[in-house]
Amino acid sequence: MAFIDMKRKEIQSKLVYYGPGRGGKTTNVLHLFRTMSKQVCGKMVTIDTRGDRTLFFDFLPLSVGKIMDLTIRIQVYTVPGQIVYSDTRKLVLRGVDGVVFVADALKIQQQQNIESIRDLAENLKGEKLDIHSLPLVLQYNKFDLAGTSIPTLSVEELEYDLNRDLGVPYFKASAIKGVGVYETLREVSKRMIRNITQKLREGQY
Amino acid sequence: MNLVLSGESISKIEEILEKELLKNGVKHAFIVDASGNLITEQGELGMEDLLPLAALAAANFGATERMANIIGERDFTLLFHKGRECNIHFCRMNLDFILVTIFNNDVPVGLIRLGSSRATEKMLPMLTA
Repeated sequence: MAFIDMKRKEIQSKLVYYGPGRGGKTTNVLHLFRTMSKQVCGKMVTIDTRGDRTLFFDFLPLSVGKIMDLTIRIQVYTVPGQIVYSDTRKLVLRGVDGVVFVADALKIQQQQNIESIRDLAENLKGEKLDIHSLPLVLQYNKFDLAGTSIPTLSVEELEYDLNRDLGVPYFKASAIKGVGVYETLREVSKRMIRNITQKLREGQY
Repeated sequence: MNLVLSGESISKIEEILEKELLKNGVKHAFIVDASGNLITEQGELGMEDLLPLAALAAANFGATERMANIIGERDFTLLFHKGRECNIHFCRMNLDFILVTIFNNDVPVGLIRLGSSRATEKMLPMLTA
C-alpha cells in the first residue's frame, strides 16, 4: 500500500503491469521511459534473460504531479508473464495500489489472456485485495495488427473474455508504436490517486 | 500495509541512522518496506540510484525468503553481498521493513551488524506506532 512521507511531502504508490507473456508489458514501460522527461521518470531497471524476456521485473519510478500539497510518486513494475514464474508475480504484487492488465489481441493468445486475469485475481486474494475494488485498467495491446493477415481478437471478444464481470475502463493500444500507452497510464493513475486520497480523508492511513 | 510517517518521526529515524551507522563509516543507509517503498535514507547516494536500489532490495529479500521456505526456514534475517570495494548488508527489521547499509571494505562487517541491530531496536517503535 502507499507510503506517505510527511517530511518530504510525498506519496509513494505501486503500479503493476500484469498480463500474459509476450503481451507487451515491458514495451509499455519502455515507451514511458524513452518518451518521458527525465524530471518525471527516473532510472529504469530491467532483470531479463538473454532472450529479452522478463525474468524478475522491470522497474521505473515516475513523479506525476501533486495533490493536497503532496508529490505523487508512482513506482511502476512489470511481472514476468510466463506461467512458471507464479512466485515472482506474487512477490511483485506485494503492496500493489493499482494494476494495468495488458491483454494480447492476438487470437492465438485468447486462452492465455483468460488464464492470466484469473491468475491476477487469485494472486490479489493472496494480498487480501479484491480485483473488483482495486484500481484496474485493461489495455488491449497489438491492435495495430488488426486488418493484417494475422488473426486478432475483436474488442467485443476481449471485453467478453476479460471485462464482462469487471466493467473497468479499457484502451486499445499498440505499445510498440506508443499508441494508447499514456491514455492507459493516465486513467490508472487517476484511479489510484482517487483511491489513496479517499483513504486519507477517511483516516484509513 | 498502510503507513504515514510524520516529519518528526522521519527526522528522528534519520538521526539514528546517522549516529549508529554513518558515523561508523557507512556510505549510505536506508529503510525499505516489503513492497519496495523507500521509507527513509541517509548518506551519499542520489535519489536516482536509491529508488531502483530500494525496489531491488525488497525483491532480493522476497526471493531469498522463498529459498528459506524451501530449506524449512521462515526467512533469512540478514543478507550480505560482498563486492571488491563496496558491500551491501541487508537486515530484516520485522516482517515489513528492511534496513540496508552500503559500506566500503575498511568498515568491519561486525560493526555494521552491531549498528544495524542497535538502530533497528530504536527505530522500530516509530515505524510500527
